[in-house]
Amino acid sequence: MADTDLNDAAPSRVTRLAKQAGGTVFTLLITFIGLLAVTFFISRVVPTDPVMSILGERATQAQIDETRTALGLDRPMWEQFGIYVWDALHGDLGTSIRTKEPVIDEIARYFPATLELSTIATIIGMLIGVPAGILAATKPGSLFDQIVRLVGLMGYSMPVFWLGLMGLLIFYGQLGWVGGPGRLDAAYDMMMQFEVEPYTGMILVDTLLNGRWDIFQNALSHIILPAALLGYLSMAYISRMTRSFMMNELGQEYITTARVKGMPEGRVIWVHALKNVMVPLITVVALSYSFLLEGAVLTETIFAWPGLGRYITDALLVADMPAVLGGTIVVGAVYIGINMFSDLLYRLVDPRAK
Amino acid sequence: MTLTEWLRDPNPTSRLQSRMAQSYLSWLRMKRNKLAMIGLLITVALVLMAIFAPMLAPYDPITQNLQERLQPPLTSGHWLGTDDFGRDIWTRILYGSRITLYIVLLVILTAPVFGLLVGTVAGYFGGWVDQVLMRITDIFLAFPKLILALALVAVLGPGMVNAVLAIAITSWPPYARVARAETLTVRNSDYIAAVKLQGAGPMRVIWGHVMPMCLPSVIIRVTLDMAGVILTAAGLGFLGLGVQPPVPEWGLMISAGRKFLFEQWWVATMPGLAIFIVSLGFNLLGDGLRDVLDPRSAGR
Repeated sequence: MADTDLNDAAPSRVTRLAKQAGGTVFTLLITFIGLLAVTFFISRVVPTDPVMSILGERATQAQIDETRTALGLDRPMWEQFGIYVWDALHGDLGTSIRTKEPVIDEIARYFPATLELSTIATIIGMLIGVPAGILAATKPGSLFDQIVRLVGLMGYSMPVFWLGLMGLLIFYGQLGWVGGPGRLDAAYDMMMQFEVEPYTGMILVDTLLNGRWDIFQNALSHIILPAALLGYLSMAYISRMTRSFMMNELGQEYITTARVKGMPEGRVIWVHALKNVMVPLITVVALSYSFLLEGAVLTETIFAWPGLGRYITDALLVADMPAVLGGTIVVGAVYIGINMFSDLLYRLVDPRAK
Repeated sequence: MTLTEWLRDPNPTSRLQSRMAQSYLSWLRMKRNKLAMIGLLITVALVLMAIFAPMLAPYDPITQNLQERLQPPLTSGHWLGTDDFGRDIWTRILYGSRITLYIVLLVILTAPVFGLLVGTVAGYFGGWVDQVLMRITDIFLAFPKLILALALVAVLGPGMVNAVLAIAITSWPPYARVARAETLTVRNSDYIAAVKLQGAGPMRVIWGHVMPMCLPSVIIRVTLDMAGVILTAAGLGFLGLGVQPPVPEWGLMISAGRKFLFEQWWVATMPGLAIFIVSLGFNLLGDGLRDVLDPRSAGR
């Protein structure tokens, strides 16, 4: 009997996962279309007329009509939305008014800089936040715990653009320890353009692949400050969540059993409990990664970082709505994607998750 | 009988007395949390600053005085220095607290109320109403808040009311989630069944008997969210999308000081410190409130 149970259990778990994955993809699609509905709505209530912003003020009526038809603005609303969704699913996010280039191409150029920045920030946040949260949980109420809590709350309370300015003021202006705004010094910028093959668009990766250690070092000196500041914000979140997960885990009976057996405390915490804490932590790290995309908007403005956030704010200032909304859609899509991915991963790693 | 004795009476004689005794116990528990008390102190200070700004401020926040421009901190008469138009920074921070508080209040009066409504209706009715409302909530949750707010302000045009609207539209979904979860736990209780048997309609049940049960968790969320509201508002102001100059909004003041960050550091630093201290205050208070009012999630 036990045998058949096991045999039944194995395929059923796989099919259940597959079913859940199917459901997740369906939810993802619905959410994405909802996201498009919101941006579509925003783009249609814009007070600036898209036809006028393309043609300028002195267009003739015939030109206006022609452009209206070309843009599909003469069709019924629901049809326009259908086309909008169809285009977006095929990667067509419209044309930037400012540069007359397809928005998706521009975003593809800007995105690697944001990706590079938020990845390094997440790594920093994780490397500090997880151990800090665990140590705080092992001695709740201790001085160390209080400090971790306060430092975390300070991170939650910090205006990220101000933090960036203060960082620049102290570490670049006063101490001169790091590179200034931008991804590279001007001299290296030229080298990067002409002597380095851009495989990924991420300077740190590309220079290593090309074996250009000198440019790599310069890029590192530029990225370290914004990445550390964003990393602090993500550390605040990660350490707080790690502490709470760990507290929860340390109250479980298997921990008591391990301790009663005489297992060294270090092994109990760093091997047994940590293993189980890692599962919910996947979600937390993924979430903090998507928060950073948002924090990057303001940080990139401060550090003249040519990423997605700066692309959106620059477009905003000249009322280039296709670019703003295109950027919004991409960030939203990445957001949704990361959340769904962490959800699936969570289910895969934790057999208890239903 | 002194007030304390009245509060500690083990046999309360009125509803008011037992309620007050409950609050008194919570207060005693919170008083032990030093960080939360600091948070409360900061919050009270902010409110007092906002109310009495005209009396506390030594100068006018708008009038320019170009002879005294860019004075460093601790010069006589300007202990936080002056900005590029010779306006006293301390005065502008005082008046700025009014705008911060105003934005926070407007958001509190809209987003949680709307979220509460959506959440309780979804949770109470269940079925397809729940499905539809929660899907919509999920869609708004899927947006990165600041970026959606940016896009909205871009459409609506910059200004304080539009900034508040944008922040409110981006911050109601978590309240809907919280309210729905609470509603699901109470909707099948006996007391709800009793009210229904008395002939109360759904709206009456939701308004009078479900919503009050959701309030504590929503209030905790509100306190914890206020810092976020302040930071988003300041961010919008910093990008020039919120309140317009010459109004002394803190985010706007930072962006004005950015031009001469390396020479006259105080112009950008001081308003940022104000934002930081105030949001830290709200965060500390919210953290303490959660420990007191919601023991389940203590220490999270």
